[in-house]
Amino acid sequence: MKLMIVDDSMVIRRKIERVHQLPVEKVVQAENGHEAVAVCRRELPDVVTMDLTMPHMDGVECVKRLVEIKPDIRVLVISALADKHTAIQAIKNGARGFLCKPFSEDALNGALQKLLAGN
Amino acid sequence: MTEADIQVFIDGVKRYFENSVSLAAQVSTPYLVNSTEAPAEDFTGIIGVSGGRKGCVYFTAPRAMLQHLLLGLGEPIVNSELMRDLVGEVANTISGNARAVYGSDFMISVPVVVQGRPENLQLPKQLKAFVIPFQWQSYSATLVVCLE
Repeated sequence: MKLMIVDDSMVIRRKIERVHQLPVEKVVQAENGHEAVAVCRRELPDVVTMDLTMPHMDGVECVKRLVEIKPDIRVLVISALADKHTAIQAIKNGARGFLCKPFSEDALNGALQKLLAGN
Repeated sequence: MTEADIQVFIDGVKRYFENSVSLAAQVSTPYLVNSTEAPAEDFTGIIGVSGGRKGCVYFTAPRAMLQHLLLGLGEPIVNSELMRDLVGEVANTISGNARAVYGSDFMISVPVVVQGRPENLQLPKQLKAFVIPFQWQSYSATLVVCLE
């Protein structure tokens, strides 16, 4: 299993890489939507954590592009944008879960487990 | 801005520290300042706000607090690059959380981060800024909210 972490914050990318409990063989990172699309084409990750507010391409659009590249990709949106409209847009574009920042280690791993279980 | 508006951001400050590092921040009484008197510490993360509300929100903190906060997040490395990143992420998180109340028309920019006292914060001159001071551990930091 490959995990891709997409966030313009280095602190957040490093935190997710440090605390996730997924049984992954490889973790790759991207700091904006354009980079995420390129990394996705190259690495074909199975699971993605996706920020929404990023320079160049926002996360909602990026989710759509990733699903076009790999339809069975599992995307967990992790964003500070706490309104329902944004979450619904991300889900409509193919995200399978939504976790609001700020998040604890337990909340992250719970959301990732639900993502893998298909809930 | 109303008292309810200020409470949105006070709640955001508390939520950030409780959820991120499980150590609560103590918020002091907010106060108003003119845009030219807004406080600034060693690092400042600024979020521009557009859409239904216009203005900015910024989080400013001393270096020592950000160092401690990075350690609290489990970060083994503490340097200026990560402190700049963190101060922007805190500002982004608290501002983004406000959309739970204001909706998706509360549009926020990506953070602009300034190290050292900002020479030009570009606060809207016709508005007053609400300063929300708070303490975390033994450190003092500030969230400034300047919105129409």
